[in-house]
Amino acid sequence: MPTVLRDIVVLNSLGLHARPAMEFVDTANQYRSKVTVIKEGEEPYEADGKSVMQMIILAATQGTPLRIKAEGEDAEGAVNALAKLFENKFGEE
Amino acid sequence: MKLKEFIVSDAIIPNLKATDRDAALQELVKSLSAAGALPASAVEEIVAALIKREQNGSTGFGKGVAVPHVKHASVKQMCGTVGRSATGLDFAALDHQPVFSIFLLLSPENQPQQHLQAMNIVFSNLQKDIFRRFLKQAPTREAIVELLEEADQGK
Repeated sequence: MPTVLRDIVVLNSLGLHARPAMEFVDTANQYRSKVTVIKEGEEPYEADGKSVMQMIILAATQGTPLRIKAEGEDAEGAVNALAKLFENKFGEE
Repeated sequence: MKLKEFIVSDAIIPNLKATDRDAALQELVKSLSAAGALPASAVEEIVAALIKREQNGSTGFGKGVAVPHVKHASVKQMCGTVGRSATGLDFAALDHQPVFSIFLLLSPENQPQQHLQAMNIVFSNLQKDIFRRFLKQAPTREAIVELLEEADQGK
């Protein structure tokens, strides 16, 4: 099964708060692949990219590096769409 | 961060009188004000902001819990409280189930990191089945305070 990894950085100033977390999960749910978001560092955490609660637990502030991992037939599309959300700062500043 | 750093014990409501979401939000914000965490003059606008936030997307993230929250200029210091509904409330939750436990969180503007840390500790606990179950069943303010203290120690 294809596995695709992509390293991104949280760009929006408010960080990965509830609304972006939900937007991420909504997008992840459009794909069949299993999605995981990995935070390393002092408080490492692996969030299920389809769980809003776990995405909020990441508490990823502006500047935090994260790794998006998708596993499944549509992994490439999923990672592209999810990385784009971060690039676009979830529509925030 | 610990729950006790921002949860105002005196504002915890073990048996919400409210039977709908908006009334529950008002009851909780008023309780924070009565406990001295917010000026009474700010209650109405904060409630309005919380309702608007819910309308933009429910904070009922499933499993019987909701975490309404807002950043507001009238909030000088981050504060929060807990409310418990015996009958369950319609929060338009993501899983369409009623909400029995509410964590309300109010943050000042321009403190996004602190806000994320508070959300982190709230959700880290809400993820645990046993925490949710005890919270749902806690009959008194003292029982909820004790549960939160135990959660803080376990972290």
